[in-house]
Order: sequence, then structure tokens, then C-alpha cells
Amino acid sequence: MIRDITLGQYYQADSVIHKLDPRVKLVATIGFIISLFVVDSWVGYVVAALFLACMIKLSKVPFGYMVKGMRAIVFILLITVVFNLFLTPGEPLVTFWKLTITKEGLRIAVMMAVRLSFLIVGSSLMTLTTTPNSLTDGMEKLMGPLKYVKVPVHEVAMMMSIALRFIPILLEETDKIMKAQIARGADFESGNLIKKAKAMVPLLVPLFISAFRRANDLAMAMEARCYRGGEHRTKMKPLRYCGADRAAYGILLLYFVGCVAIRVWL
Amino acid sequence: MSLILNHVNYIYGEDTELAVHALKDINLVIPDGQFIGLIGHTGSGKSTLVQHLNGLIRPTGGAIYYNGEDIHDKDYDKKKLRSKVGLVFQYPEHQLFEIDVFKDVCFGPKNLGLSQKETELRAYAALKQVGLADEYFYQSPFDLSGGQKRRVAIAGVLAMKPDILILDEPTAGLDPKGRDEILDQIAKLKEETGITVILVSHSMEDVAKYVERIIVMSRGSVLYDDTPREVFGHYKELEQVGLAAPQVTYIMQALAKKGMPVDTSATTIKEAEQEILRALAL
Repeated sequence: MIRDITLGQYYQADSVIHKLDPRVKLVATIGFIISLFVVDSWVGYVVAALFLACMIKLSKVPFGYMVKGMRAIVFILLITVVFNLFLTPGEPLVTFWKLTITKEGLRIAVMMAVRLSFLIVGSSLMTLTTTPNSLTDGMEKLMGPLKYVKVPVHEVAMMMSIALRFIPILLEETDKIMKAQIARGADFESGNLIKKAKAMVPLLVPLFISAFRRANDLAMAMEARCYRGGEHRTKMKPLRYCGADRAAYGILLLYFVGCVAIRVWL
Repeated sequence: MSLILNHVNYIYGEDTELAVHALKDINLVIPDGQFIGLIGHTGSGKSTLVQHLNGLIRPTGGAIYYNGEDIHDKDYDKKKLRSKVGLVFQYPEHQLFEIDVFKDVCFGPKNLGLSQKETELRAYAALKQVGLADEYFYQSPFDLSGGQKRRVAIAGVLAMKPDILILDEPTAGLDPKGRDEILDQIAKLKEETGITVILVSHSMEDVAKYVERIIVMSRGSVLYDDTPREVFGHYKELEQVGLAAPQVTYIMQALAKKGMPVDTSATTIKEAEQEILRALAL
């Protein structure tokens, strides 16, 4: 039940996108998000949609799988659309009761919906094609210059990768403890809010204890292998750009310049 | 009063590329009062199977009947089923949560809606059944040793007074002494109350001494379902699926090969001893 959330999960496949350097994908995702806010005409959105469609096709991630992950944010999307639809002043289109839909409101609402869904699909494409580990590797490298202003880049990256690594473990643990308590007659579903919150105690206490136990074990294991932070630490697989990565940067630049051009001249 | 599995199939992640066929056409009858060992290598589907028995997992195909009623019928009371079919998970000590041992054991019966008095009586009886000394009753469960925690967790299920008690690897991670103590305790409990006990394990050695019937699982199917004597006779096939017969089986087989006129079907050390003495006296 909990495992059905696909947003932000890695999808195993053998594709060009999967093989790209994580830094390229990070930069591309940020670039794509910026481009969504640069363009403001329908032509621009068509270009963005085409670009995104090509990337999805190249990534070999089934479209249905992606859409399934979107279900979680439908609610947020709906709120945005409704607010923009009714609360934008301008030329009235339809009026019923005290609510008015304006021409400008309709335009902004549709645009917001498109922008938001592209933004989410675009960024979930990154997490679907990059393992959490290489993602944090990429981030560490990209943020490398911040080290000179005393930002503990390596430590932050390490914390992030540990946190990400623990998500599936804790999900599995939750599932197990839940089942064990259900076997003892626990009821997590019925009752009012207070009763439901109380019913969580037999789940949360063992879960916290197990999380602390695991954290303790991990710290011990790291120390046993002489982990002492990022200083003088080398990588087994250092990130290096290759031909495909440079080509990807080229394509990205082309797309971005295109978007800016559409904004300026159209 | 029995549990019947009729053509039960279970597939993890059905309709995805990662689908795993965990149970393949399982047909079993579990009558009242049997002491059963469920054996299989890691990943053979034993844990998946036992979670079907109390309705935690719904089979993707087939049906399960308890006392003649389909447990996945719309108006079937699952909570009542779970009080009758008690399941002790692997490493059950990880589910403890209350501030003291006694309260934790009360959790099960309290969920059944019993009165305060009945709940406490049952909790007390259950803690006695697993052989926990009185001095631990009001300690935090997290201050106990591993073996004691496990007893408390088992008591937590026993307090619901199940007719069928299923223990998933109850001895995992315990030392030989702790293992023998827990298994002896379970055997004693079985004798006193006459309930059905299903012991899940990957070690024949552990269960051979206690059970009257062994179900061997391999790759999601039932490979053997017979008395220990018959099952251990297939020790060569058992090795092929990553299991082993108890050591006495090997000794008896070796002795027979050397020309000693022994019956090779002894399953416990005691039986083997008598058999060897008998052969020597000839």
C-alpha cells in the first residue's frame, strides 16, 4: 500500500538518460524548470512539451508508471487551478452566484496546471533515472566550490544519501510492524481522528526504536572502517564527463536558447 | 475446526515487471491439535504462506477456509480470525512498545474487547506459560535480554488464546540454550492446551524432536508433506533444495552402509541410540 508511491523512486532501465552523468541531469532539471518560467506563450509550452516527451522516450521509463506517481499531487494541482480560475481579476467570462471566471483567470489557471505538471514530470524523470547515491554524488561535486566558504558539502551529501537509503528500509519495517500489530488485533483504520492517532502508538514506538538501533549500527560500522568525513577522501568511481554528457549539455543549451528566443521574439 | 487451503496462489507485484510468484498452488489441510513443522530454505515462501493463514495477505488465487468459512468473505470477521489464528512474526521482540511487560501482553486481549479483569488474567497466564519470572512483569520490555523479550512477544500472542499458534522462526538469533528453552516451552504448552502449533523454521534439527508432521516448501510449492520419518528418508532430495536432514539421519545411513543392521528412519538422538543398541545386541 505504502509502496505504491512512485514519485521520487528509481526505475531500473538501460537507457541513454540513465547513463548520463548525474551532474548533467541535475543541471538539466534545473534548466528545464527555469525554462518553464521563461516561456509564456503557447509556442513555448509546445516546445517544452516536445523536449520533455523526447526525454521520457529516451529514458525508457513507461509513461503510465510516471503518471501513477503524479496521483499524489493531483490535489495540489486542483487547488492551484481553482484559486487561479476564480480569483484573477479581468474581463468576466462566466458568472454564477458570487464566483466569476475571467478570461485572464482561465488563461493563468491552464498555464499554471501545465507548468506544474511539467515541472513535476521533469523532476521525477531525474529521480526515476538516477540512483539516490549517484544523485548525491553529483550534488556533492556540483556544490564542491562551496567548500571554500566553509560549507560542509561532503557531510551534507552523506546525510542526504543515508536518509534516502533509509526510506525503503523504514517503509519495509513499518509494513512488518503494522502486520505484527494487526495480528495482535490492532486496528489502524476505523474510529475518529483521536482514536486513529492513538492507534499509531504501537506502530511508532517500535519504528523509532528500530530507526535508532539502525542508526547506531550504521555509525558503528562506519567508524569500524575509519570513516572521518570528507577530508582527503577519494572516490572509487569519480565522476568524469564523457562524450554523451557534453552532447547532452549542447542539446540543453540549444533548448534553453530556443526558449529565450521564443520569449524575446514571439 | 480446521484450516483448509485450496489452490492458494500468491504473486508479489502482480501486473508489474517485477512480479514474483511466491506461492504456487498450495493445498493443505491443517486439522485440530497437530504439531506441524513448516520447513523451507530462505525465500521458499514460508513466511508468505503463514501470513495467509490469518488473513494478513489476500491470496491472488484460491481460497482459505477456517471452520468451513471463507476467510475473505465480505462479512467475515477478520479480527476474530486473528484471535483464533495467532501469528508470532520473525523477531517478534521488535513489536514491543508498552512501558512495561505486563501492559504489552495486555495489548492483544484488550483489542479483542475483553474486560479489564479478563485481560489481566489472560496476560498473567500467558506470561506464566512462556516461563517468564514474576520479577520482570513490571519492567520496561526494552530492558530485558533478547530471549526474554522474545518470550514476552510470544506471550502477547498467547494471551489472545489462539486455537492455532504459528511461530515464524521463533529461535532465530538465539543461542543453543535459549533455543532449546523456547522450543521446550512451546512443546509443553502444546501438551497442556492441545492447540495446533505450526513451527516455521529452516532447520530440520530444531523441529525433528517435536513435530508430528513436516511440510517442506521449495520455491513456493509444497515439496513434501508427511511424518518426519518419511520426510527425512528423502535426505538426498532435501539437500538439493538447500536443506538437510538431522545429523542422526546421516549417522544411521552411514552405519547401514557399513553393514550394521540398523533401521535408518530414526529421527531423534534417543531413537537412534535405542536402534544402535538393539543392533549391537543382535
